[in-house]
Amino acid sequence: MTTAVRFQNVSRHFGTIRAVDDVTLDVAEGEFFAMLGPSGSGKTTCLRLIAGFEQPDKGHIEIFGETAEGVPPYRRSVNTVFQDYALFPHMTVGENVAYGLMIRGLPKASREERAREALAMVKLSGFEDRRPSQLSGGQRQRVALARALVNEPKVLLLDEPLGALDLKLREQMQEELKSLQKEVGITFVFVTHDQGEALAMSDRLAIFNEGRIVQVGRPSEVYEQPNSRFVASFVGSSNVLPPDFAYEHGGSLNWTSLRPEKITILKNGQSTPPDQVSVTGKVAAVHYQGSQTRVTLNIGELRMTAHAPSAMGTFVEGQSVTFHWPREALHAMEPKQ
Amino acid sequence: MRSSDDAKAPWPLSVLAVGGLLFLHLPLALIILYAFTTEEKSYQFPPPGYTLRWFSVVWERPDIWNALSLSLRVAAFATLLALILGTCAAAALARARFFGRETISLLFILPIALPGIITGISLRSAFNMMDIDFSYWTIVLGHATFCIVVVYNNAIARFRRLSGNLIEASMDLGANYFETFRHVILPNIASALLAGGMLAFALSFDEVIVTTFTAGQQSTLPIWMLTELIRPRQRPVTNVVAVFVIAVTLLPILAAYYLTREGEHIAGSGK
Amino acid sequence: MTAAALASRAPSPGVSSRASDILFRHRWLLLALLLAPPLLWIGIVYVGSLLALLLNSFYGLDEFSGLVKYEFTLSTYAQLFQRANFDIIVRSILMAAAVTIASAIIAFPIAYYAARYARGKWKAFFYLAVMMPLWSSYLVKVYAWKLILAKEGIVTWLAEITKTSWLLNSVLGLPVIGGPSLSISYIGMFLVFVYVWLPYMILPTQAALERVPGSLIEASADLGANPAQAFRTVILPLALPGLIAGSIFTFSLTMGDYIIPQIVGTSRYFIGQAVYAQQGTAGNIPLAAAFTVVPIVIMGIYLWVAKRMGAFDAL
Repeated sequence: MTTAVRFQNVSRHFGTIRAVDDVTLDVAEGEFFAMLGPSGSGKTTCLRLIAGFEQPDKGHIEIFGETAEGVPPYRRSVNTVFQDYALFPHMTVGENVAYGLMIRGLPKASREERAREALAMVKLSGFEDRRPSQLSGGQRQRVALARALVNEPKVLLLDEPLGALDLKLREQMQEELKSLQKEVGITFVFVTHDQGEALAMSDRLAIFNEGRIVQVGRPSEVYEQPNSRFVASFVGSSNVLPPDFAYEHGGSLNWTSLRPEKITILKNGQSTPPDQVSVTGKVAAVHYQGSQTRVTLNIGELRMTAHAPSAMGTFVEGQSVTFHWPREALHAMEPKQ
Repeated sequence: MRSSDDAKAPWPLSVLAVGGLLFLHLPLALIILYAFTTEEKSYQFPPPGYTLRWFSVVWERPDIWNALSLSLRVAAFATLLALILGTCAAAALARARFFGRETISLLFILPIALPGIITGISLRSAFNMMDIDFSYWTIVLGHATFCIVVVYNNAIARFRRLSGNLIEASMDLGANYFETFRHVILPNIASALLAGGMLAFALSFDEVIVTTFTAGQQSTLPIWMLTELIRPRQRPVTNVVAVFVIAVTLLPILAAYYLTREGEHIAGSGK
Repeated sequence: MTAAALASRAPSPGVSSRASDILFRHRWLLLALLLAPPLLWIGIVYVGSLLALLLNSFYGLDEFSGLVKYEFTLSTYAQLFQRANFDIIVRSILMAAAVTIASAIIAFPIAYYAARYARGKWKAFFYLAVMMPLWSSYLVKVYAWKLILAKEGIVTWLAEITKTSWLLNSVLGLPVIGGPSLSISYIGMFLVFVYVWLPYMILPTQAALERVPGSLIEASADLGANPAQAFRTVILPLALPGLIAGSIFTFSLTMGDYIIPQIVGTSRYFIGQAVYAQQGTAGNIPLAAAFTVVPIVIMGIYLWVAKRMGAFDAL
């Protein structure tokens, strides 16, 4: 399996700020790779390092085996879909899409043909003569995508491309992007702060925090086996149990993650199944969410959240309720310090 | 300031405001009126009669044509210099951060901030010290200096509105610096450059203070007019020339205004 | 899309690409190439000659030969305090102050109306109506007033038909500021100055007033202020930065002007004319330079005070 993008101990500083701090990373060819993290975690800077808009202060970057440091963006086989699309306002949609081909010297007929194909691929056939100012956000995003893909880059970079879209459109675009990537077979590197999006779309993802990668893996791995408190709470919501509590309730003396959906709420008249651990507390908050209800308990100083099917009935604040879970649901992370 | 939409101004305020505007415009209207008077030795009001003959008199006067030609040539070359140098400066200072940037930005405002007489006499004494003769080039030197500032102001405002992403997008798609300038930057700043150029042209065409210090024996049109003002010959002739100058300086200003107003559509980013 | 043969990925190694590579590798080079020519121009042509002028002010004229003596001395500055020269400076400052105050008073209603009551196309109309005189030829404007103020011109005619000639003549008879006719008097000069610089005062004031949210005025009314109080305590202080910004222009431009006093003035000099005269036939460049320094210093102090009062936030 060829490595599409390789980072080796890459660092990028802005003055005293360490935007990217000793990052090592491999992206395989044909992968849909997500870089996830909060704002300022370094994921966008890493993307710009691949694109060539930033140069590393330390470390080594390779794109398909070729050294990338010192290579300007216009010499890399990499194209970017920008967060604000960056469509050229003084050109038509068709001219925008054909821009890269025009620079490369392709004759007019040929590049118009390819631009049409690219627009068809993003379901915008017939938009060639419109201006970017006449398009909606979703349409501009597709044009940006077509403009990048038409050049057949080896790696396609996407910088939070779905951030400005409303929920329905975003979900639709997620599906389309995923199937598009399968169709063209290009390596996609995708930056987002939305963990649900990253989990849904990526083959593998890297979690960034404060310039460093804290975990890399397949979505299911990262979700089920977070390696730190940060990952546990950033990717999905999780109950983070202190080491002592975890030890007393079926786990080890480590900070432990327990996903809310793994917890069952005891119904009236039932008792805890023998192989499970339970705990009782007072209801602190109830959040109705349609098909399920989130119930938060106060257990001493700890708060735990579980999801109950709404059909189960209503809960009242102050009510005494018992949670139980199987020992295997506990995932140990960092040891007690 | 927005008060409730149907608020009407108190009438004294309206009177004062309109009065003020009239005050601004009436003198110019009078000049146009006086271009048609038959009285040539004084500024008698009301004019005793009306005629068109001064227009043909002006047509025949070689000194006016020479002055006009010099003014146009100076303005053209000064504007050209200003466009190149002002745009370069604006490109450099629009976004880059480096040591001394604030000071350098201030430098580019000085020629307009300080009164023209300071510019004029500085240049004149410098020319004297270096034994340079006054000529077309010394006039251009003076004019180009403040024209650069005008173009710079227009260009830098537009550069700042230009989304930085556009340049990155262009380079991402394979264009180097020069190709990016040609295909992306230039089309987006063109109208600002045009506006700046026209303002610079108008400013240079009208300029008199710095010019009197940096011209030798030559007369630009404003210098011609100044001489006439001090020692008038045929007064209505001066008026006709004044009417012409009003037209020539006004049209570029209007055009520049319309060019820089439609800025909202240009150079935006995609959201 | 097939991975069919496309032109090779790297753009042709033409001159522009190779030059771009060099610029990319050395980012500062691009900045330097862009900045150097204009900076050199302004630096050498403008700042250089300005410094040369200031340098000259520390030289003096040799008494006997009348030539410039290149030795450092403060005697030229001392000459500024001689009666005749000092009068010139005081005269210029007083005129500049008077013009500034009058411009502010006249400009305010216009700016207020335009900021507060003009909507849509009227706003554009007001803007153009103020911009056009601003940009029309300075000399033409001065000339227009020479026409108006001439003894046989429109002002006299208006005075005759409204039977106010006696008023006009008594105004002209006022000591110091009067004169044989309006076009040869301080009053006339004052009027022309106000006229020519008025747009410079209107525009920043309007900009500052536009930044005052209407809700502030409503709030002050809500809290019990009558219109006069609202004006004094809310509107005027908020408009002040704009007025000060405008005053920078009117003050500085009046102090340095030498054409208007020449055309619509008496034989008594203002700073601008003194500079022009001294560097002309008198050949007294040091004294001319010293005179030039006066408005620079005054404006420097003025700007510093204005900055303290927050005028530059309005620009």
